[in-house]
This record gives sequence, C-alpha cells and structure tokens, in this order.
Amino acid sequence: MIGIIDYGMGNLFSVSKALERLDVPYVLTDDPEQLAQCEGLILPGVGAFPDAMKSLEETGMKEFILSKVGNGKPLLGICLGMQLLFDESEEGGFTEGLGLLPGSIVRFTGKDADGNRFKVPHMGWNHLDQHQPKSPLLDSIEDGYVYFVHSYYAQAKQQEDIIASARYETEVPAVVGRANVFGAQFHPEKSGKTGMTILRNFCNLVQERGDES
Amino acid sequence: MLTKRIIPCLDVKDGRVVKGIQFVQIRDAGDPVELATVYDEQGADELVFLDISASHEGRKTMIEVVREVAGTLAIPFTVGGGIGSLEDMRAILRAGADKVSLNSAAVRKPELITEGSNFFGAQCIVVAIDARFDESIGSWRVYTHGGRNATEWEVCDWAKHVVERGAGEILLTSMDQDGEKTGFDLGLLKAVQQVVDVPVIASGGAGNAEHFVDVFNEVDADAALAASIFHYKETSVQKVKEELRENGVHVR
Repeated sequence: MIGIIDYGMGNLFSVSKALERLDVPYVLTDDPEQLAQCEGLILPGVGAFPDAMKSLEETGMKEFILSKVGNGKPLLGICLGMQLLFDESEEGGFTEGLGLLPGSIVRFTGKDADGNRFKVPHMGWNHLDQHQPKSPLLDSIEDGYVYFVHSYYAQAKQQEDIIASARYETEVPAVVGRANVFGAQFHPEKSGKTGMTILRNFCNLVQERGDES
Repeated sequence: MLTKRIIPCLDVKDGRVVKGIQFVQIRDAGDPVELATVYDEQGADELVFLDISASHEGRKTMIEVVREVAGTLAIPFTVGGGIGSLEDMRAILRAGADKVSLNSAAVRKPELITEGSNFFGAQCIVVAIDARFDESIGSWRVYTHGGRNATEWEVCDWAKHVVERGAGEILLTSMDQDGEKTGFDLGLLKAVQQVVDVPVIASGGAGNAEHFVDVFNEVDADAALAASIFHYKETSVQKVKEELRENGVHVR
C-alpha cells in the first residue's frame, strides 16, 4: 500500500489516478495512523515552498515524515514535494526544508553562463540524462522525456544524489535520491510511459523492501 | 533542452467533441476521452479542450469530461472556454486539468489572471489571445468572444500586461490565418515572442507539417497548436514530429 500524503497542497488527483492506472493500492490521507500502515509514501505538491513547509509543520506531518523515513520507509517527493526534501529554499525569502537531502532550492535566473535567454518556468518535455542508470527508479528506462513545470530547482550538494538530470539554463536535477529517499522534479504522472514506468519502479521498490523487512 | 510541443485542440460541446473528427476507426468519434487517447498514442505532448457549451448543464458535463480525461491520460492538458471566475478555475483544476485558459474574461476582468496565478500558480494560468491585424493601428488588435468583439488592446501591450498580471503561458491565435491552412502568422508570433518571457503557443493557420517547421525555426515558438489538420487526418502528430526531426527541431 502506498500512502499519498495530503497536506493541503497541490495536485493529489493526478498522482492518485496514476496509481490507479498502475493498479497499485493506495490511500490519500492526512491521517498519520493510516499513513504509518503504508509501506511507502508519496509527497506530492504544487505551489509555494514556504506555504508547503508551514502546512507540513502545522499538521505534524514534518515530524511524522522525518521519523518514518528515518526508520527506512521509502519516500518519493514529486515536484515541490521533491524540493521539500532538501535543506532549504530561497523561495519567498529563506525557508528551511525537511533536510533529508543536502542542498538548496534556488530560482532559475532566466539565462545561462553565456547570457542566452531561458524562459521561466522551465515548462515542457525535457530529456532525462541518466547518471545512475542502475538506480531502481530508472529500471527499464532507456531513453526518455519527462514533463517539467517549475521555476525553482535543486542545487544538490552531493553529486551522487543526482540520479538523472535535464539540461536547461543549467543542469537541473530531475531524479534525486539516496537510500530510501527519492524525488522527481518533473511530474511522472504526466510524463507518458516514461513517467509511469518511474512511478511503477518506485512502487516495486516499496514492495520489495516491504517484503525484505 | 526542452522539446517543442505539439498540441492538438478539441472543441467540446455538452460533453462531446464537435467539428467531426475523422482520423481513425474508433467506436465513437465524439467521445473526448477516446479521441484524447488516440492523440496521446500519436505522441501529442499536451492537449487543449475548448468548452464551447453555451448552457450551464454543458459546463457541468465538462467537469465530468475533465475528470475522465485526467483519469485516463498521462500527459498534461488545458481546459478553456467560458472560464469566468476563480470558482470556475478551481472546479476545472480540481477535476484534474493541469492548466486553465482564460480569454474574454481576462480582458473583462484582468485581476482574474492575478487571482488565479496567486491561488493556483502561474504555471496553470494560460491566457488565450485572439488577434487580427488592424491597419488603423499598424499592428494586431486583440478580440474577445470568439473574435466577435474588438478590444482597445494592441496585442504586444496586452501580452505584456497579462504576463505582469501573472499569466504563465500565452496561447496566441491569429484570426487572419485561422482556417486558412497557409501557415502560422509568423509576424504576429515574432512580435509577441519578443516582448514576453513566458512560453508562447502558436495557433491558427497550420495546413501541413512544414508549417510547424517554420513556426519553430523562424519564430522559436515554444509550442504549436492545431485542430482541423489533425482531426481531418491531413497529417498526424507523428508525421509532424518526423518532419520536425528531419529539419533539426528538437521534439519528443
């Protein structure tokens, strides 16, 4: 069972529908007890980083996530949900994140090092450059494009946390993770077959780890 | 790098796709979900549904359509047509659409763009602009209500204004070229493309695959939308993408 964390932010519908299409059982809830029963968690999110953190703190969800993930429960953050995994964001001033992955969330500048113009948000289909093709999340992904919509991106401190990236004004971490914590900056639920495969891979990983423990 | 997006547009009236679509043998040529699935399989990067229902019931039905499309497709889609309030936007987005598109209401009530953008994020607020060249101003004038009403707005001024208001994307339709099948209005697109820094979707005038090559190579549009040439099987999303690839345009 996958638990989709409902903390009042974002597009929960499309993630839950995607799991239905994959025939993966899930609950969509803000109830920690129900979420605690799940073998894996998904943290979705569309919106502003400070609002999202505030909501996670006020609902007690921050503490819950940190304790469960600390105990090894697999977590997948999607879009804003991925950004929340990092230490901090400069969106709307400075906001502390969940601190599960080292690094900061910063805004696209709108140009690259050579001064070429780039539109913000980074919106559309971009190629996934795989840095760790053996990652369980990239299983059976050969060559794929995924759908991004975001104005901020992660500057990961550890290169080894970047499983795949996309090229825009700079290298944009697209799939990140270490141990049981994963994130996708794009929307796997809106990224056609490639996206659905990545979601499926996460669900498989949840199941395998659940079987081991 | 981002790929150029190809976006088929479907007109929906009272929950059914209208403007006869002939491209494949499917069970029911008016079913939005079936048609959307066909386009998805052809490689469409995104879809636009334009609700042309005139009645309240028709609009309610649209919500059902949105829900069903969102439950079936794994690509993003936009819903436009008759959206006039924050409530309308919320209903469409909650039903699973990724973006809403505002047209006449944006002109009538520009604060709606700002409110929508603040509430739901700029990325899901598309402003659709219908423009026609006007000798008297030596530029393109913005029209509303499906092209029936002229406004006071010059297209570049209006485009800049909607971006300042919080629009995340512009869907720019040339009324001069619409239905002509002689190609996109490159002059109009170039003019607007130069003054805004949000993505611009070119619309109106596509007659064949080469027209898409032109709009990407000459104007650097971010996406291109078409309806009838896809519906009437004159070309397919697949063929357009092959042509683009052969001409060095980066597509998915």
